[in-house]
Amino acid sequence: MDLQGKKVTLHDMSLRDGMHARRHQISIDEMVSVASGLDEAGMPLIEVTHGDGLGGASVNYGFPAHSDEEYLAAVVPKMKQAKISVLHVPGIGTLDHIRMADDHGASTIRIATHCTEADISEQHICMGRDLSMDTVGFLMMAHMVDEQQFLTQALLMESYGANCIYCTDSAGYMLPDEVTQKISTLRAGLQAETEIGFHGHHNLAMGVANSLAAIEAGANRIDGSVAGLGAGAGNTPLEVLCAVLHRMGAEDGVDLYKVMDVAEDLVVPMMDQPIRVDRDSLTLGYAGVYSSFLLFAKRAGEKYGISARDLLVELGRRGTVGGQEDMIEDLALTMSTEKS
Amino acid sequence: MAEKLKALIIGPGNIGTDLLMKAQRSDWIEPVWMVGVEQSEGIQRAQGMGVKTSITGVDGVLEHIAADDIRIAFDATSAYAHAEHARKLNALGVIMVDLTPAAIGPFCVPPVNLAEHSASLTMNVNMVTCGGQATIPMVHAVSRVQSVAYGEIVATVGSKSVGPGTRKNIDEFTRTTSTAVAEIGGAKEGKAIIIINPAEPPLIMRDTVHCLVDEEPDRDAITQSVHEMVAEVQKYVPGYRLVNGPVFDAKRVSTYLEVEGLGDFLPKYAGNLDIMTAAGLRTAEMLAEEVSNGRFALPDRA
Repeated sequence: MDLQGKKVTLHDMSLRDGMHARRHQISIDEMVSVASGLDEAGMPLIEVTHGDGLGGASVNYGFPAHSDEEYLAAVVPKMKQAKISVLHVPGIGTLDHIRMADDHGASTIRIATHCTEADISEQHICMGRDLSMDTVGFLMMAHMVDEQQFLTQALLMESYGANCIYCTDSAGYMLPDEVTQKISTLRAGLQAETEIGFHGHHNLAMGVANSLAAIEAGANRIDGSVAGLGAGAGNTPLEVLCAVLHRMGAEDGVDLYKVMDVAEDLVVPMMDQPIRVDRDSLTLGYAGVYSSFLLFAKRAGEKYGISARDLLVELGRRGTVGGQEDMIEDLALTMSTEKS
Repeated sequence: MAEKLKALIIGPGNIGTDLLMKAQRSDWIEPVWMVGVEQSEGIQRAQGMGVKTSITGVDGVLEHIAADDIRIAFDATSAYAHAEHARKLNALGVIMVDLTPAAIGPFCVPPVNLAEHSASLTMNVNMVTCGGQATIPMVHAVSRVQSVAYGEIVATVGSKSVGPGTRKNIDEFTRTTSTAVAEIGGAKEGKAIIIINPAEPPLIMRDTVHCLVDEEPDRDAITQSVHEMVAEVQKYVPGYRLVNGPVFDAKRVSTYLEVEGLGDFLPKYAGNLDIMTAAGLRTAEMLAEEVSNGRFALPDRA
């Protein structure tokens, strides 16, 4: 594989996807210190939002330690070169949240929908463009459709005004060949100036390999997370990807040693539990289940005496999509009734 | 049995057609007109079902309102079109049952506050959203027992049951439902989340209702209230089911529901649409009952 000279924009997820792994309890100090470390290391983009995006504060997904507004107000003014992005899921957040994020200096808005439901993103993508934000369409659970269907949805988001489209492997289910297929189909079908991104999860330990396949096929924005802090077995570990890209001669403009230090000195110490491929996160990747279900399934499993793996497999069988965390307790109750 | 109240339906799409089928079985309402803006499959269907049709919008039926004694209009179009429809028809003394998210008139969730509306001669009632119809009765079931600091609902619907209007304006859904969870459900603060799921075969609408109560929950009273409310909703939506709960976890009270439709024109999984048409019709029927027993006087018509 030849990635020599390829330009890659890395995008850190530890303070947004990492919120899932921290049950949305990252402190303001931790946010500022990690973001500042990454800024110093030359990371161009850093996401700061509730794990489930703007307005994610809820019983269903978890109430965060602080509001999105408080996090953004603390982090944005401290950045010397890095831009701050926010995630927004139509149906959870509203246009008011996007205005708030823009007011607080977020420069990138990522509008996320399930990979078949791009047409609910029109209002939000249009608003991102109207506010002159870097506007990204983020198609989740990309493994659930074939590449032609995926392109159709990407074209809708592009037509609303998204200047970048993401292939998002929310379940960490995809293997490199599928990434190649989906990204090449996007590259061939979207306008040349539309950027393409890839967001991986490490549930099958494919985060780095999938990201390389994506870059080779035409993606230039790659999500990862320092020390992998993210939902499930975490996101593509950014310091590892960075080292690999440097060996391959790709250009990401990031200082590898500084990123390593942020991972080791700042992020690993703030983990509630090791972020690794364990029995349950592996099940997410194997069964194609949304990564942030992990901790909910572990908790519900414990409370109702069901194995988290059985719960996750059943959630996969039922075709659940991102955001359906409420299914987990419901299903655990049903399964525990059936058992007794 | 008193004379039925005569009605028109605006919008011959899926919702309007389903409503027409339900209304034709009603003991209290007689659907007379179906109003569209162009020749369409929906208009042909309505003709086949024996009602008069107009393809020139509401303007095309204004001259027939008095002659046909139309008293109720169901609006199954869009929030944007509704304001104009309401203005023209209210002026002729027609009461609007609004199935769009326009929310010009007060919210109506039949088992919770329909009685208040019929008592106050409201000329326009809004049926909130499908998610609101499915969940607000449960929020109310808790809040009528003890105070609810926060109510949150998660509505998950099959992709095929979500039309282009809702998709284009999904923010109106979340905002309107959140507002109504507080105002009508009786929570001090409300939040609504909608999830669209494309699984095949399509999933039946499911809803989760979380309430955070102020004091230690009275489990027995809440459980009884929830079961009574489910029975109330089942009177007009037989496929409304409590799947799990109420679950108590400290001050959280959660109920897990499933809403299967009757399968009139809409498929059974589209309980989200069925509960709207059924609630709209229920509202009109209640009004008709009030008129018939003299508790409600229709606007004067010379």
